Amino acid sequence: MRFTKDHEWVDLVGDIATIGITAYAAEQLGDVVFVELPEAGRALKAGDAMAVVESVKAASDVYAPISGEVTAVNGELGDNPQTVNDQPEQSGWFVQVKVADAHDVDALMDRAAYESFLATL
Amino acid sequence: MNGGPSARFEHPSVEPVKTVTSEALKSTPLAAAHAALGARLTPFAGYAMPVQYPAGILKEHLWTRAHAGLFDVSHMGPAFLELTAPTGDGEADHRAVAAAVEPLVCGDVRGLKPGQFRYTLLLNAAGGVLDDLMIGRPAGPDQQGRLYLVVNAGTKEADFAAIATAGGGAARLSRADDGALIAVQGPEAVAVVEPLIPGVAGLGFMTFAEFPFEGHVLTVSRSGYTGEDGYEILAPAALAEGLWARLMADDRVAAVGLGARDSLRLEAGLPLYGHDADETTSPVEAALTFALSRRRLKARDFPGAARIAAELADGPARVRVGLKVLQGAPAREGAAITDPEGTAIGVVTSGGFSPSLGGPIAMGYVPPASAAPGTALCVVVRGRSQAAVVAELPFTRHRYFRKPKPAQEVADHAFHQGS
Repeated sequence: MRFTKDHEWVDLVGDIATIGITAYAAEQLGDVVFVELPEAGRALKAGDAMAVVESVKAASDVYAPISGEVTAVNGELGDNPQTVNDQPEQSGWFVQVKVADAHDVDALMDRAAYESFLATL
Repeated sequence: MNGGPSARFEHPSVEPVKTVTSEALKSTPLAAAHAALGARLTPFAGYAMPVQYPAGILKEHLWTRAHAGLFDVSHMGPAFLELTAPTGDGEADHRAVAAAVEPLVCGDVRGLKPGQFRYTLLLNAAGGVLDDLMIGRPAGPDQQGRLYLVVNAGTKEADFAAIATAGGGAARLSRADDGALIAVQGPEAVAVVEPLIPGVAGLGFMTFAEFPFEGHVLTVSRSGYTGEDGYEILAPAALAEGLWARLMADDRVAAVGLGARDSLRLEAGLPLYGHDADETTSPVEAALTFALSRRRLKARDFPGAARIAAELADGPARVRVGLKVLQGAPAREGAAITDPEGTAIGVVTSGGFSPSLGGPIAMGYVPPASAAPGTALCVVVRGRSQAAVVAELPFTRHRYFRKPKPAQEVADHAFHQGS
């Protein structure tokens, strides 16, 4: 699993990347009450706002950590947005993307680097 | 509060507090207590205030509705306005101090009964709302010629300056915002507070009195901004931590931050000054006509009275309503309100997720023709139109304490007419 400074995680299997927000991000946002996801088939460029996560208090953008085409979205979050808080790095995933270039994923932080980054916040 | 429509994770709304420049922010006498509880702080009106505790906004909100929530609202502006030369005739002294402040507000201060606490509005010459505030008349015969005021945090410097000027040489304003203002709200508030401050159970809704506590005096009102029964307690700074700790020691009490205070007042249909009412909105537009004194309307002796009388006669151009958002994301401040055909007719002034109702709710301004409960409208969130319907305010029923009788008097004290 790889991580971004915007607190997204990416788990690459073959050429399909599963993407979500980190436990740190979920904790900072507080209780998630709504998640807006992109449509399957949408072409994402790294840095695009791809989803919006709403807590009781505020809305926050989630940015595409890599480029690729959305192949699946987590419909479970429509009925149970709280899953993002309960299992942010497992069943609280947001989208699956067919990556344009797998090397993009390698360029992201590994867990140790991300945790060092968190320690600086 | 942080209400940006869309914030990146590095936005201050979710940043840890250590990035807040503490020297620029004031803290309340309860800062150490908040730190010990693990509060997340946010800058609000120049103060570092707890936005939530580790339990989170959702749980804090629901706890307040079910038990008793404990809030630090010391950033607000309590003060006393006192005659400089009281005559000793209680009734005359009350009339004199009331006359000093009435030119600024649209409420009946003169007609307050001893011990009564009332919601009123500071207005500008155009009838716009400069602030909403509480004004109370002390109960004690030896305390007449004195008023207890509580104004909003963000407006307190301007409010205090205006009130001090209005007092002139006749009445002197003493700020009390160096102490702590602690709110205890919820159905179990009375059971929690009465053993600590004996006598508070005898207070009626929207009344206040002084109570001895550890050699000092607390000013306690039966009031709040959550729609629940409860108290707001003004304590000297030296007592704040001890009182907070004794309240927290009760299993029925949980600390609640400004995040849940905002969602609680939204459900209760109560306007947040600077958002749901401001200098551009009149009391009629803001659906706060219950705060207009009949005597003073007749005399037209408050700022903007001509505009307000005209709006009462002919109807305002727009009015504050509640909205239930039927699908999609919460509509927050700034979201457009449209008719079902997509024509823009108004704007959301505050909105979010209602923990009690389990869905998004909002308040905003629309033309009176679209203001009837049940009217189908839409809100636009991130370019997408979502169905909404005008809802009765409050969204959740007020559960203020009512003494069994006299019924008419209680109705007069009620925050919202007909609630």
